[in-house]
Amino acid sequence: MNLLLEISNGDLAVTATLTGMGLVFAALLIAKLISPKSYSVKKGETYECGIPTRGESMIQFKSGYYIFAILFLLFDVETVFLYPWATIMRSLGPNGLLCVAIFMFILILGLAYAWRKGALKWQ
Amino acid sequence: MFDFGIVTNWINDLLVGCMPVWAATLIECVIIGVLILLTYTVLALFYILYERKLCAWFQCRLGPMRVGPWGLLQVFADMFKILIKELISLKGTDKFLFKLAPYIIITSSVVMLACLPWGRGLQIIDYNIGIFFILAVSSVGVLGILLAGWSSNNKYTLIGAMRSGAQMISYELSLGLALMSIVVLAGTMNINELVALQEHAWFIFQGWLPAVVAFIIYVIAATAETNRGPFDLPEAEHELTAGYHTEYSGIHFGFFYLAEYLNLFIVSGIASLMFLGGWMPFHIAGWDGFNMVMNWIPGPIWFLGKAFFISYVIIWFKWTFPRVRIDQMLALEWKYMMPFALVNLIVMAVFVALGWTF
Repeated sequence: MNLLLEISNGDLAVTATLTGMGLVFAALLIAKLISPKSYSVKKGETYECGIPTRGESMIQFKSGYYIFAILFLLFDVETVFLYPWATIMRSLGPNGLLCVAIFMFILILGLAYAWRKGALKWQ
Repeated sequence: MFDFGIVTNWINDLLVGCMPVWAATLIECVIIGVLILLTYTVLALFYILYERKLCAWFQCRLGPMRVGPWGLLQVFADMFKILIKELISLKGTDKFLFKLAPYIIITSSVVMLACLPWGRGLQIIDYNIGIFFILAVSSVGVLGILLAGWSSNNKYTLIGAMRSGAQMISYELSLGLALMSIVVLAGTMNINELVALQEHAWFIFQGWLPAVVAFIIYVIAATAETNRGPFDLPEAEHELTAGYHTEYSGIHFGFFYLAEYLNLFIVSGIASLMFLGGWMPFHIAGWDGFNMVMNWIPGPIWFLGKAFFISYVIIWFKWTFPRVRIDQMLALEWKYMMPFALVNLIVMAVFVALGWTF
């Protein structure tokens, strides 16, 4: 039941992507054409909060975020593994359910380990 | 229910009849692109007004009233104003990444919008892994926010982007697990089949307890995923000026604004499709007269009504709860919602295996 039966989904996805890019491009073009332009020395400064900015901003940042990113990676891959199982769960029967329960138990153990080690504590 | 496939097939036959197939495909792709664009802008404009009016009513104000009758033209005035503002190019920014970020954010939300069916046959991208595809595209949006914050050469945007990244990737897990419990119930990932399975009872009724828990988890995670409500700490204006889009001016800023509102619509739309039956009318088994009356209301109205209702709830959150701190936000996800969602998934699997569903 596609909108247009003749076009493949890949083509439609490309169409949607190009539409999104076209929207940004066209709006930027219109804005460039009709917006005013003026020059001032101070204008190109970083706004931040009104006071001149100090030092470099593209720095190595707080490591707390990276711990959560690594944890996310772990559990996101788990989600990717579980989706195919979720689709055919009914036909796999109790055996498949048991296997996935063991898989999840190991992952929950991993989460408990990370929790115990203090990886979930924000500092 | 009216099948929109009849209309599109008719147009397709008409085009194929008078030109080669590749030309017809090209024209159809252009028509689809224009339709997506129109839907996108109209929805975004509607949502801006919707949120402003609701926020005003929650605070006992009137909201926009001056431009047009009942403030209806206010959003057009705002959009035009934002379009004629100057695009300031800053010193010290990473120019390429700075310009790339709005493209990524807008494109990901446009592709997600194209995946949602509005009625029977009224859908553009229809993969058999539909819901999984939407989740995959939604995680591309995080990249745009991180790039925007990183490339701006501003400490506040960097903090905002990092917070936003941590928040969005964390809550994506419980969002995915909540949706997965519905996939377990339905046994398919194709959105059209998911909706078709809800003809007699919506999934939130079919899977009773685990489905209701999954719905609650989904709504909380969706609020965090769209950086709204009590989870708006990426753009906490008191501490971070405006978060990751502080340095963007004019229409550049407008893109972030548009994408934010569209993402609100998209998460509500997914909730409506996965839990509340999408474009399927409300049916009660045995009440034939009632079901007949409900069938009279067209599918797109059902879909939009449910989506707007869930958006209303999410906006309501924003004006009810105070903003959380980052450690509270991460603790809520990793210590409560994620384990809860995992357990809920297992409970749902057991319920389905035992046949305890309606």
